[in-house]
Amino acid sequence: MYAQMVKSEATNDDPEKLAAFQARIDAGEKIEPKDWMPEGYRKTLVRQIGQHAHSEIVGQLPEGNWITRAPTLERKAILLAKVQDEAGHGLYLYCAAETLGVSRDDLTEALLSGKMKYSSIFNYPTLTWADMGAVGWLVDGAAIMNQVPLQRTSFGPYARAMVRICKEESFHQRQGYDIMMKMAFGTPAQKAMAQDALNRFWYPSLMMFGPSDKDSVHSAQSMAWRIKMNTNDELRQKFVDQTVPQAEYLGLTIPDPAVVWNAEKGGYDYSEPDWTEFFEVIKGNGPCNAERIAARQKAWDDGAWVRDGLMAHARKRAGAQVAAE
Amino acid sequence: MSQEWPLWEIFIRGQHGLNHRHVGSLHAPDAGMAIKHARDVYTRRNEGVSIWVVPSAAITASSPSDKGPLFEPANSKVYRHPTFFDIPEDVGKM
Amino acid sequence: MDTMTDLDTALFAGLCRLGDSTLVLGHRVSEWCGHAPVLEEDIALANVALDLIGQTQMWLGLAAEIEGKGRDADALAFRRDVWEFRNLLLVERPNGDFGHTLMRQFLFDAWHQPMLKALESSGDPRIAGIAAKAGREVAYHLERSADLVIRLGDGSLESHNRMQAALDTLWPYTGEMMTADATDQALAEAGIMAAPDSIRPEWDALVRDVLAEATLGIPPGTHMHKGGKQGQHSEHLGHMLATMQWLQRAYPDATW
Repeated sequence: MYAQMVKSEATNDDPEKLAAFQARIDAGEKIEPKDWMPEGYRKTLVRQIGQHAHSEIVGQLPEGNWITRAPTLERKAILLAKVQDEAGHGLYLYCAAETLGVSRDDLTEALLSGKMKYSSIFNYPTLTWADMGAVGWLVDGAAIMNQVPLQRTSFGPYARAMVRICKEESFHQRQGYDIMMKMAFGTPAQKAMAQDALNRFWYPSLMMFGPSDKDSVHSAQSMAWRIKMNTNDELRQKFVDQTVPQAEYLGLTIPDPAVVWNAEKGGYDYSEPDWTEFFEVIKGNGPCNAERIAARQKAWDDGAWVRDGLMAHARKRAGAQVAAE
Repeated sequence: MSQEWPLWEIFIRGQHGLNHRHVGSLHAPDAGMAIKHARDVYTRRNEGVSIWVVPSAAITASSPSDKGPLFEPANSKVYRHPTFFDIPEDVGKM
Repeated sequence: MDTMTDLDTALFAGLCRLGDSTLVLGHRVSEWCGHAPVLEEDIALANVALDLIGQTQMWLGLAAEIEGKGRDADALAFRRDVWEFRNLLLVERPNGDFGHTLMRQFLFDAWHQPMLKALESSGDPRIAGIAAKAGREVAYHLERSADLVIRLGDGSLESHNRMQAALDTLWPYTGEMMTADATDQALAEAGIMAAPDSIRPEWDALVRDVLAEATLGIPPGTHMHKGGKQGQHSEHLGHMLATMQWLQRAYPDATW
């Protein structure tokens, strides 16, 4: 997901306070920034929300790659609006993390230094226009699967950010599928590009949910805290079940012969993605890791004089106002 | 010397003349730019007709431990709510 | 062209000048998406680009309608070559640093806003309508770009120097905006479009005031580049179109 393999932090707090805190969560109460919370809860959330925010920001890049090549004025506008929304979502999430006592600059530095991660999916290249369809359809589709339940997460600012994000994101997956329809029902070359995009994005999309975590203590703790709402396997199965018929409608083939309906479990069987590849991508060895971080680093470095210049002007104005009073 | 832009809380009044509502936060070097950023960030879908910006640092919040004493007294004043009173249907809408 | 009157031919050119300028600038600004100095600015730049792309659809849509050859706005945007583009040279300048992008925007907005205001009184109600809608968007563009030019011009030493460098580079591309040729004159005489030179007093006053507040000095040189409006461009435009038009050119039979 946008926040993959977030390790929960151990907590060394007073057991009585911990029990009371857990009772609030079990009762469905929202935890707000000034409320008492276990240190582990705070740290885990900073890591998870930060990773989620970083994913939105780095996630601008693979789609931004096609804004200047969008084939019509309308497609250009839609894609730009969508990538702009991702910047907005990153912003909302950074603000949610900031209520926990970290600054956006700290989080940015942690992203650029590699101390914090972002979703593995954004380290894959977007090679044809059909990839804009596949990213919207599959990547946003997978993200929504996770984000909809997170609207009910226990931490108030995170839940509220997710409500806003889900509301805005409702058009993202649809625009992706709309592109896929145009491609899949278009010329033979377009259809071939659509199939190629599905071939390349299928397994990386399955990886977005992270490796199976049904035995993970971290996931169990996060689920008890209601900052993780479902297991990775649950969400992945849901995603496969939703996507297979959509691919059939497009006349495209899921690049996995093992995808067959299993009446007994009431879902599709499917092959596991290559988890070795996943761990390599997470480690920084994906096809685009270096480019993605380099692009963010450049934006950060090149923008320093702008941020500082505007701050300098604001200080001058504030100074002039004080002098005039 | 880099200094991060301060954080601002953004309040927007929607189309229908309701109260300004807190919609989120953002960073800006001063109030003037915070208004512009708020316009660009929080009204992309035609959400607002008026914007307030407040430095986050200027907000004083009630303490969570005061929750009981601050809000419980209101719980017992049920007569403040219209549903407290039974008015016969024959009287009409009230 | 045999079915188009001389005035229609001029009108087609005039609309392409507006639509190509918003297209090229919108494209340039969209190149920033994901790379701006700060998230808030990334979002703001995208808003400007989106406005400009929307205006392009309106201007080029009307141009295609006037032309009456079955083309639409997309055909004009994606299937014409450099020599058929009629945008101002200023807007095809590469983004450079954020200071160049911002200064280019301000110098253009300071022309765009009064021009749209004048076009609201066009004798052609279609033009007046587009100008009214675009004018509301551009009023904000100008407010924003003027404010930022002042802030960065009168900001830190580095931001001041960068803004001055941007102004020095871009200044020679401003004259073209306010120079009228035969096409402009024909449209002005017909009461369809305002003459570019009629915008000059307002542009001069606004630019002078903002630059003064920004503590930036107007470059002393008087030479002005020209040719964009007649289809004589810099080398930059060809590369931009090669990127922008590539899909439409590579797959001419496809619909998107």
